[in-house]
Amino acid sequence: MFAISISFGVLARPLMGPVAPIVMSILVFSGAAQFGALAVLTAGGSAGAAIAAGVLLNARYLAMGLALAPSLRGRAPSRAAFAMTTVDASWAAASIGDGTFDPWYMVGVSVPQYAGWVLGTVLGVFIGPVLGNPNALGLDALFPAFFIALLFAEARGRRRLAAAGGGAGIALALTPIMPAGLPILAAAAAAVAASRIRS
Amino acid sequence: MTAVWVTIGALALATAALKLAGPLALGGRPLPANALNVVELLASALLAALVVVETFGHGRSLTLDARVLGAAFAAVALTRRAPMIVVVLGAAAVTAIARLLS
Repeated sequence: MFAISISFGVLARPLMGPVAPIVMSILVFSGAAQFGALAVLTAGGSAGAAIAAGVLLNARYLAMGLALAPSLRGRAPSRAAFAMTTVDASWAAASIGDGTFDPWYMVGVSVPQYAGWVLGTVLGVFIGPVLGNPNALGLDALFPAFFIALLFAEARGRRRLAAAGGGAGIALALTPIMPAGLPILAAAAAAVAASRIRS
Repeated sequence: MTAVWVTIGALALATAALKLAGPLALGGRPLPANALNVVELLASALLAALVVVETFGHGRSLTLDARVLGAAFAAVALTRRAPMIVVVLGAAAVTAIARLLS
């Protein structure tokens, strides 16, 4: 986790300057969306394409929130505060196994992760310029490495593997003929197609 | 730079909305099953697309360069359950060494 947030700071600095990557980690706090949007912008894609990629990558929070909802009690502000601490690792860790969640356990896992995420980004932003030419150090390979790591955690089961295979094929086919960012958005069609496979 | 700040603002709001929709707005009402199925598959499809574009993409063309070796190292290290720091530093080191030698 710490290694990932440092990488984000290092990779975002050339495009975003020193302040924006830190603000992004404070406000967005999502590895997939932050790296996805950064990859689109770095490749020369538009803000619209970067936002759409980030939203589609984070669409899973909608499903996670729906699963979490019955476990949250109290008034709306308190339910909202708990829901905002949802991140992949803490949501999974707080799952009790009978379909319900332990909200305080989720907060307990999320808070140190959040601190590490923001602190790592700050470190990365300041380390980056000291390191020198990012490509000579192979730092551009951190983009695929990070997405492979997320994909390993995410693509379990037949339908998710089918969605991943289809998404990769669509992106490869469309990269030569579409502006940066759009082939990644088009990969969403593979999710629609794979959802028809019986699980 | 405007594009960067617009992206940050929009993603902060959208991520919060996605996290809050279930517990606040939908209040226990489930989404239609086929919509939920698509939502659960989107991350896999887009992550795989990002893997191939970031490994082979070079502007609007596809290339084979040192990044492929770095990405391959990351994939192998992950199947061996290596810690994230090894995956990240190894992928960068393999790519850097391949560039130095070529």
